[in-house]
This record gives sequence, C-alpha cells and structure tokens, in this order.
Amino acid sequence: MWNWFHRLGSPKTFYAISGSLLPYFCVLAGILLVTGIVWALGFVPPDYQQGHSVRIMYIHVPSAILAQSSYMMMAAAGLVYLVWRIKLADVAVQCAAPIGTGLTFLALITGSIWGKPTWGTWWVWDARLTSTLVLFFLFVGVMALRSAMTGKASAGRATAMLALVGVVNLPIIKYSVDWWFTLHQPSSFSLTEKPSMPPEMWMPLLVMVLGFYLFFFCVWMLRIRTEILNREYRSQWVQELVQ
Amino acid sequence: MMFESLSAFLSMGGHGPFVWSAYGIALIVFGYNIVAPIRQRKQMLREIRQRMDRDAA
Repeated sequence: MWNWFHRLGSPKTFYAISGSLLPYFCVLAGILLVTGIVWALGFVPPDYQQGHSVRIMYIHVPSAILAQSSYMMMAAAGLVYLVWRIKLADVAVQCAAPIGTGLTFLALITGSIWGKPTWGTWWVWDARLTSTLVLFFLFVGVMALRSAMTGKASAGRATAMLALVGVVNLPIIKYSVDWWFTLHQPSSFSLTEKPSMPPEMWMPLLVMVLGFYLFFFCVWMLRIRTEILNREYRSQWVQELVQ
Repeated sequence: MMFESLSAFLSMGGHGPFVWSAYGIALIVFGYNIVAPIRQRKQMLREIRQRMDRDAA
C-alpha cells in the first residue's frame, strides 16, 4: 500500500495513470452534467413558493459545495506537501486554486441572482455570504502569493501555509447559518437525516453535485498534468513525450 | 416536461432572466475551465520544445 502510494507520488507514474483514466472521467462528468441540467431545467416541478427560480439551486448548491470541497482538497494537498515534501502535492495546490476561485465566484453570483427574486435583494452582509466571500479571497490570495513568489524555493511552502490557515473559514461557512441570524436558509441536506425535499427535487441535485465533483477532478488533473510537464521538462520521459 | 410551450420554458413564469443568467454564467465558468487548461497544455508543449532546442544549442 505505502509502496503503491509512493509510486503514485512520482510525477511520471502519476502522469501515466491519470492520462489513462482521464477520458473515462471526462465522459462520465459530461453525462452527469448534461443529464442534471436537462432534468433541472425541464423536469423539476416548480417550487410552490419560489416558482421556477428554484432551478437556480441546481447550479448554486453544487458550486457552493464544490467551492468548499475544493478548498479542503487544496489545503489537504498543502498539508501533504508540508509534511512529506511530495512535489506533486505542491503542483496540486497550485492547480486547484484557479478552479476553486471560479467555483466560488459561481456560487456567489448564482446566490445573488437567486436572492433577488427570493429575498428581494442581491446581497446582504450576513455571515454565510460574507464567509463565502472570504473563501473567494482566500483562493485569490493563494494564486496571488504563488505568482508573486514564482521561482522562489519557498513559494510552495508559503502557499501551502496560507491554504492551511484558511481552513478556519470552512467551519465558519458551514455553521454560519446556525450561529448567526441570517437570510440564508440552513442546509436541507445532511448525511444522517432524510432530505427535507421530495425526491423529484433532490435526485437531480445529487446528479449535479456528482457531476460538479467529477468535473472538478477532470479539470484539476488536466492542469496538474501540464504543470508536471513544466516542472519535469529536463527528465527523459518528458523529452521523449514531447518529441 | 414541466412546460407547455417554448415561450413558457423561456419565461420561466417570470423568472426567466434570473434562471437563464444563472445558467449562462455557469456555462461561461465551465467553458473557461475546459478551454484554459487545454490551451495551457498546447502552449506548454510548445514552450518545452523551445527550451529543449535552447538547451541543445
């Protein structure tokens, strides 16, 4: 097991394995997303209070979940890099940040668009929204720090540290709806209880969440593979591959 | 299908601008996330070939 793990940490092995798996994941991600979007736009019954604007949920909730998940994965990679000095983990941190920024942006903007017809306002400075905005700036901060320190040996450690410190924000986002009075409704889902929505509403949501996860993995891998080539270009396998 | 006509589908019971702009922005974010790494990869392969030529010279 450990042996296998170590070999996966070698850029060459990782590049080969990810390359053979990636097409399947991309196809699966595409199928899930297309199914989810058609389902969400055309077949989900309108909400009895919100009407058709409830369809925004099928973008908003998955992107908000992925915004936090991708941050968690980026920070986990940062921890692996700090503890074991696996270079691949540093590549993973670097490549997760821009995707996470986009997903957080999408969660914020779709939340805002959904808020207007539902709450009557585009934005309020309440705990859930503000802490998600902080998440956005954390992602941007990781990218900015990296590009400011390009070429320096300490760049990887500094970004990993920043990513790790920012993890404090994740429980704040999660519990903000319980700790403070807010416009944002508490989560309708948990792993332990039955969802408070009918199945014809949460099943397409589940498809979308899975689709978003797979999509994140696919584009993350794409970026990681390119960055591996960048960093390993002197090694023989890259030179053979490029020619 | 929850809609009787195309125009009902587009208007989304009056919420059309909200729903469609949310999905439109999602499409842009996803599109960017697909196109950017593919372009990045092409550019990187070109750059590595240049570096190799330089190193060989």
